[in-house]
Amino acid sequence: MWLSNDDLQAIWLTLRLAGIVTAILFVVGTPVAWWLAQTSSRWKGPISAVVALPLVLPPSVLGFYLLLAMGPSGWIGQFTQTLGIGLLPFTFWGLVIASVFYSFPFMVQPVQNAFETIGTRPLEVAATLRASPLDTFFTVVLPLAAPGFLTAGILTFAHTVGEFGVVLMIGGNIPDLTRVVSVQIYDHVEAMEYADAHRLSAVMVAFSFIVLLALYGWQHRGRKET
Amino acid sequence: MDTIAARFQLNWPGFQLDVDLNLPGRGVTALFGHSGSGKTTLLRCIAGLERAPRGFLSFKGDIWQDATTWMPTYRRPLGYVFQEASLFPHLSVLGNLRYGLKRIAATERRSLDQAVELLGIGHLLDRKPERLSGGERQRVGIARALAVNPRILLMDEPLAALDLKRKQEILPYLERLHDLLDIPVLYVSHAPDEVARLADHLVVMDGGLVQASGALTETLARLDVPIRLGEDAGVVLDATVAERDAQWQLARVDFAGGSLWSRDRGLALGQHVRVRVLARDVSLATEHQENTSILNLLSGKVDAIADDEHPGLALVRVQIGGSVLLARVTKRSAAALGIALGQQIWVQVKSVALME
Repeated sequence: MWLSNDDLQAIWLTLRLAGIVTAILFVVGTPVAWWLAQTSSRWKGPISAVVALPLVLPPSVLGFYLLLAMGPSGWIGQFTQTLGIGLLPFTFWGLVIASVFYSFPFMVQPVQNAFETIGTRPLEVAATLRASPLDTFFTVVLPLAAPGFLTAGILTFAHTVGEFGVVLMIGGNIPDLTRVVSVQIYDHVEAMEYADAHRLSAVMVAFSFIVLLALYGWQHRGRKET
Repeated sequence: MDTIAARFQLNWPGFQLDVDLNLPGRGVTALFGHSGSGKTTLLRCIAGLERAPRGFLSFKGDIWQDATTWMPTYRRPLGYVFQEASLFPHLSVLGNLRYGLKRIAATERRSLDQAVELLGIGHLLDRKPERLSGGERQRVGIARALAVNPRILLMDEPLAALDLKRKQEILPYLERLHDLLDIPVLYVSHAPDEVARLADHLVVMDGGLVQASGALTETLARLDVPIRLGEDAGVVLDATVAERDAQWQLARVDFAGGSLWSRDRGLALGQHVRVRVLARDVSLATEHQENTSILNLLSGKVDAIADDEHPGLALVRVQIGGSVLLARVTKRSAAALGIALGQQIWVQVKSVALME
């Protein structure tokens, strides 16, 4: 076989992680994006800055604080222990939680931009046509923001696939549990298995290129239509 | 209980609104004023798109807003036409029309056919809004507002974003609405010709305040309110077509107090028309002129004189039977003729505009 069993396991784990994180962020990120797009509150600036933090922080810093928070005396850790789930670090779900934080801006910012582009007029029109705010959100805002959601979904997924530092801090390197592709490549290199590292890296390069090609090609076509 | 009572106060940076109005529950009421006069903001307050604290709004006895009540826009039984048609781009024309229709009670629903026919958009139903012309879009916007079977129609400068040709394309539809709808219409405009054609009641706004409110014919003829119509100062008369002269292609229309000749536009005898007479087309003479090209000579009594916008000009109001006309004359002419209140005078009308 071209890729080893371990490699395939890592790929499958990575895709699962990215898929779940993207799904969670669609649900969690959308209300935050909506609030940021609508509000004139003085908290808009600070909240926007917090949302954007993962863009500039070294992943190790984010991972370090998340490790503390999820640890036995951290607030997330206390909460999960109270729920009887135990502690999250070095588990798959610990990775999911950490990745949600890490990829948050990649979901929120494109969706927020899409909401802001829509403006208030379609919302007012819907209100004069008897649509309640919730009704308006689902029948006007979501369809009009669909391109933004697609961009956000692709970016979030791809970004989660590519994370390394946070995974290492939170998840470590447990086969089939937390050993994602980027970590697997690291292991190959550490073990001087350059051929294996090459193969997996090539897969990552191809994947990333295809995703970005799809994204930009699609955006380009969208612009031409309008 | 058949009226609309509206009291709103707003104090925004650089803008204020302070109105207390009683508007008729039928016919077309024009909210007229320059941009920044507050007319659109007033309309938005009535629609619930703006919320004036301590405002009051009752529609034919139903409270829409008072100290304890706030009915959100989507609960108000209104139709709203925006300046730009603002069609939903993700829906077809039919999808846009059905959007509101689906959201009203089944018992309230009427067929879309009437609105579609009234606005002449039957051939556009499958199109996406991006494939419509500006005029077509606005017609769809109006039909969409009517599709919710509203109890009042609010229109915010529906023609302002269109060029002259498109305006001419839509105005006949608006006139048909005026004739066929039995709901009140609030029509925001800064265009005197639209107001003269469409309105029954006129509210003049300036600087967020109501300068005048009353029946169109009376309000236009008032000289004491600063209705700065400029070149468009004039009156509107209600008249009927009384005679058609086939030889000279002229039509005579009778109004309360007299009659006027105009180009025959093919209107039927007995048809009700509006006649717009601009002050600049009316001149005055102290004696009956025999040798003049002007067909329309009327005798009347001067009942008001006021300064016009230009310091060299005056507006003279002349009562003719039960109607009034405005004449714009130079102050020099007025002095030379010795025009004074109560004076009997000949009025020469050079041209009039007939509107169905």
